Amino acid sequence: MALLGVIWMLVFNYAPMYGIIVAFKKNYRITESLFSLSFLKTPWADSAGFQHFINFVKDPEFGNVLANTLGMSILKLLIGFPLPIAFAIMLNELRSPRFKRWVQTISYLPHFLSWVVLGGILTTWLSNTGLVNQLLMLAGLTKEGITFLAEPNYFWGIVVISDIWKELGWSAIIYLAAIVGIDPELYEAATVDGAGRFRQIFAITLPSIKGTITILFILAVGNLLNSNFDQILVLWNPLNASRANVIDIYVYHVAMRSMRYSYASAIGLFKSIVAFVLLFMADRVTKKLNDVSLF
Amino acid sequence: MNSVSQYRHRPSLHRQLTLAKAGERVLELFMVLVCFVTLYPIWYTVVLSLNESADTMLGGIYWWPRKFTLDSYKAVFMDKNIVKAFNITIWRTLFATVGSVFFTSMVAYAFSKRYLMGHKFYMMLGTITMFFGGGLIPYFILIKNIGLYDTFWVYVIPGLFNFWNALIFMSFFREIPTALEESAHIDGANDFTIFLKIILPISTPVLATIALFVGVWNWNDYFMGVIFVNNPDLQPIQTFLYRVIASATASRAVVAMPVGISGGQVNSQSVQLATMVVTTAPIIVIYPFLQKYFVKGIMIGSIKG
Repeated sequence: MALLGVIWMLVFNYAPMYGIIVAFKKNYRITESLFSLSFLKTPWADSAGFQHFINFVKDPEFGNVLANTLGMSILKLLIGFPLPIAFAIMLNELRSPRFKRWVQTISYLPHFLSWVVLGGILTTWLSNTGLVNQLLMLAGLTKEGITFLAEPNYFWGIVVISDIWKELGWSAIIYLAAIVGIDPELYEAATVDGAGRFRQIFAITLPSIKGTITILFILAVGNLLNSNFDQILVLWNPLNASRANVIDIYVYHVAMRSMRYSYASAIGLFKSIVAFVLLFMADRVTKKLNDVSLF
Repeated sequence: MNSVSQYRHRPSLHRQLTLAKAGERVLELFMVLVCFVTLYPIWYTVVLSLNESADTMLGGIYWWPRKFTLDSYKAVFMDKNIVKAFNITIWRTLFATVGSVFFTSMVAYAFSKRYLMGHKFYMMLGTITMFFGGGLIPYFILIKNIGLYDTFWVYVIPGLFNFWNALIFMSFFREIPTALEESAHIDGANDFTIFLKIILPISTPVLATIALFVGVWNWNDYFMGVIFVNNPDLQPIQTFLYRVIASATASRAVVAMPVGISGGQVNSQSVQLATMVVTTAPIIVIYPFLQKYFVKGIMIGSIKG
């Protein structure tokens, strides 16, 4: 029984790792088998070496792709990361358990909608005759409908806001669990000492969940170069591409449209290595500051 | 004068209480607002899908359909391609969920035995997969290489095992008293029979939790249908919807003209909305009943991780 699992992992987890060799080939053709002898030979004979990596850094798209990836990720980190913490604390402050349960149930719901469905909702709302434009026109803020998804400048905002809408409640669960674990006596003692609710949040709640926050922060930093592919692929179109092309989308297009598998794999590998370095660095820094670490 | 300054520094108990009450009201109001912002986009989609498509284009619909019609829904269920795509979604979700829960729990049961030869090696093999992977392109090449590309089974087989879920299963299986298994061993049952007859039946809570996650993931996934499947007859409903939305935005991009003026466009938009509603309805319907399992699932996962 264990062996079946090992075989599965060898095929679906380890064969792709071995397949990274593709990134060092001149130009891999999809007809060539991963398991053939000639495939294994190329990294030594007829190899491109690190040429694809160098080409990526010199690629005219490189700066743009990196800026879009980091731009959206950093916005998500700055806005999308603290909000669930605040939301969890607010939920915890609600006095009626019934009301709290209702709010929780409703706020988790969007997490279970697919990005395609949310993409459909967004295209409906943001089209030039959609609800957003109807409201803007009612308020007299615009005369002509704006097709928001066709304007590159709105793209980052749409991505960040829709991500928050979808995941705010769900991301709060983990903090809520940490808050529930806090010893109630701490709050009782604080009340006796005359600390108000706000004081208690900053003196007890936040310090108690510091560990959880730190670990999730490290993971988020490790994810800076990963975009939410499902989300961006749905909202991407040729008109907003200049602000929507992130590394993941670029890899996808280079491989699937231009069939340059070797180049695409190299970009993917480049991303993974940088992501790992980022994760490691974030881990070291928080260890120094906070004594919380992942490894 | 004295009393006023005293009042300022040390508010009376009464005043403190009313302040706290007011704060609570503000907080509650804010939460109601959050709930509204969460639910309204979903509600609005349902409303538009129930409204006559030409009338929708005139705007001004916010809370309720103005010209109620079920035409878009009829169109959805009359469309052969949509029905086909729904079938694919249902079958892939069914196969992937049952297969993945069974296979992952079986392997996890074996991995959970510390006396098993190579136990440490297996765990290491699995842990590495949580941190490293080949990336999208080598994975794509593998799928092509082993002949899963453009087959139904690409939805099922690559998802059979998940080390993360295996960890959750393992922590559950380790809590089961070994006496149960030992007595079965004495009766001559082999490991697989014990797993099937004894372990699985008492593990229903964890099986249900994982099944829900795997099920919802498969139901909502569109990317596999985009990248690993070419045959339109094999695309799930989410992929179908993705193609509709993408082609709508792409055509807008090429022609660079305002959309939603021609009759055809209008109609396709309301059919798209109805398809979205039908796609999401099963999840919304089961969600309130199963919410606690979802939450339990993420708790186990986070504690282990």
